[in-house]
Amino acid sequence: MTSTALSPEPPASWRRYFGFSTDAKVIGIQYIVVAFFFFLVGGLLAMIMRGELITPEADLVDRTVYNGLYTMHGTIMLFLFIFPVLNGLNNLLIPTMIGAPDMAFPRLNTAAFWLVPVFGILLIASFFVPSGPATSGWWSYPPVSLQNPLGHLINGEFLWVLAVALSGVSSIMGAVNFVTTILRMRAPGMGFFRMPVFCWTALAAQTLQLIGLPALTGGAVMLLLDLSVGTSFYRPEGGGDPVLYQHFFWFYSHPAVYVIILPVFGIFSELFPVYSRKPLFGYVYVCLASFIIVGLGLIVWVHHMFPSGVTQWMRNLFMVTTMLIAVPTGVKVFAWLGTMWNGKIRLTTPMLFCMGGLFNFVFAGITGIMLATVPIDIHVSNTYFVVGHFHYVIYGAAVMGVFAAIYHWFPKFTGRMPYEGLGKLHFLLTFVGANLNFLPMHPLGLMGMPRRVSSYDPEFAFWNVLASLGAFLLGVSIIPFLLNMISSWARGPRATHNPWNAIGLEWLLPSPPAEDNFGEHVPTVISRPYGYGTGEPLVEHQAEIERALTLQEANR
Amino acid sequence: MSSTPVPPASPSGAYGEGQHANHNLTGFIIFLCSESVIFLAFFSGYALLRLSALDWLPAGVDGLEWRMPLINTVVLVSSSFTMVVAEHFKGKGKIWLFRGFWLLTMAMGAYFLYGQAVEWSGLTFGFTSGTFGGTFYLLTGFHGLHVLTGILLMGLMLVKSFVPGNYAGGEEGVIATSLFWHFVDVIWIILFVLLYVWRA
Repeated sequence: MTSTALSPEPPASWRRYFGFSTDAKVIGIQYIVVAFFFFLVGGLLAMIMRGELITPEADLVDRTVYNGLYTMHGTIMLFLFIFPVLNGLNNLLIPTMIGAPDMAFPRLNTAAFWLVPVFGILLIASFFVPSGPATSGWWSYPPVSLQNPLGHLINGEFLWVLAVALSGVSSIMGAVNFVTTILRMRAPGMGFFRMPVFCWTALAAQTLQLIGLPALTGGAVMLLLDLSVGTSFYRPEGGGDPVLYQHFFWFYSHPAVYVIILPVFGIFSELFPVYSRKPLFGYVYVCLASFIIVGLGLIVWVHHMFPSGVTQWMRNLFMVTTMLIAVPTGVKVFAWLGTMWNGKIRLTTPMLFCMGGLFNFVFAGITGIMLATVPIDIHVSNTYFVVGHFHYVIYGAAVMGVFAAIYHWFPKFTGRMPYEGLGKLHFLLTFVGANLNFLPMHPLGLMGMPRRVSSYDPEFAFWNVLASLGAFLLGVSIIPFLLNMISSWARGPRATHNPWNAIGLEWLLPSPPAEDNFGEHVPTVISRPYGYGTGEPLVEHQAEIERALTLQEANR
Repeated sequence: MSSTPVPPASPSGAYGEGQHANHNLTGFIIFLCSESVIFLAFFSGYALLRLSALDWLPAGVDGLEWRMPLINTVVLVSSSFTMVVAEHFKGKGKIWLFRGFWLLTMAMGAYFLYGQAVEWSGLTFGFTSGTFGGTFYLLTGFHGLHVLTGILLMGLMLVKSFVPGNYAGGEEGVIATSLFWHFVDVIWIILFVLLYVWRA
């Protein structure tokens, strides 16, 4: 291996992060930074809501404002935080993990990213239109969403549908790109069963996007026509059917949960082996389980509609399919536990986030099975039990997994090490905050407190105060994270090419990698990933490549 | 590795350049699969609304006239065959015959759109005439947009055929356009059955 194989230093100018770059690594960081901006916006809305709920009376904000708050909180967190942040990780990790120089369609990639600020601004702008933002919840069910009392053509709901449709276009562009890249641009020797699990889960998640999103887009177009043109697809008075919208919405939006959690499963599967120094337990089964989740995930959506007047046979069928999802998911959970079993566990910040995320995920899985049961679901539907369940999934598991990924791959893409102390403080605040915030929602739901209300019976006050304290703690938890990211990127210790002693193609690149990653010198993969403790090399000439990288680091 | 003399790393994009067109086709096929789901959503929405409707036809509407759409259907389906003929001649290197049949396909697509416009202008119901009117215009309009896109894509490929050397190494754009056109064709056949053949 000659030194020309490793391109020296990447273009160092920070200005590339503010332009229309086509480099997947730049776009990835752009995605993540923009996503965290919207995370702060969505988080602020959540703080206001929890501030309102700290007392039983509606005293902090007006009821209509409160309706807008939860609608926008949900929409922003899903379409402007979690999807973009995961697409950012996809952009950073997929090409480097499979040894591709870039995505298959770099310009399409740029366009997909720049749509995010466009629909983000569109959504935020709805706060400033005369009739205020959309107030019908993040699912926008008709007939509530079709009410337009002020009669403006440009109203909050209109902007909401437009933003969601644009988000769909952006996600489809991304999905076509990711799937094509994974299918066609893998390094020589990297068959599907030598591919890192993160790429498997990304492939599975993006397949779900391709199948599910068009249904939501179609449903949203019909909603927009009902709202603005006066058709009656969902208007019962014109022969339409509001439940039809629910089918369109959940046909996508339930699989959307798997679009979110599958890449996080990928992150767990990457990180547990690194910090346990053991190969991933049951690699092949973990890979295949992702696609079983895709298949089953597409036929469970009616469980969101058990109280919506669907027939009994549909309830029974979808209850069973929903419970079946626990099988492939359980395969993964046991694979991670099996990986950690008797491993040499290193409690670094990313590992702590993974373990915390796994803990929360198992809890969310248990309440998920409870919710799949028709009688329980009808009892707790639209209560805080549901809110608690999905916040455990999204915040407790997915967001913590995203934090784990950020701490783990931060050195690779910035060339700097994050600070461990601040990272562990961030973990502690997040884990305690999330559980304090979301655990009390379960007793609240069982007691019968409905979601989406700004005032409640005083008997619910105790648990609500606890939840609000947890929410404020979560708000505080983001401070050490931001401090850590900014200060360690600016002047953290220089990272070596493989600071965690991990195995994977991305760790055979310099930190940060050159613009075209391996360029023309893509190594040939000769074994399965996660060969920890086996001493097996991952690629041909691995020792030479690592020696050259170490030499390069010693000379800088 | 040091035994193989390595040329200096070239700027980005050098890797897999020869396969790039192939990526385009892969990406396009993936996109088409995804696009078919939106039609599937509209079809199932139509079927669900129609099956659950008490009075499917609005007052004063007797249903749809099927003769003119049938002619339209025949024209559109035949255009898939003229397109296959065009591609056959492209494969044989007879570029002018390719252009001729390609243009014929475009003309047949344009005739379909014309026929659709004539049909729309003669109808007694509108977009807001209940779910019957809504689904009819939504389905035919959305399909019509795809026909228009197909014609524009064909026009683009026709213009590109005059660029010297463009078709020397096999043109993926022509394959993609033809896949799109067959897709639009199949969608129409399903639409025709759902809208005109299916009687209450």
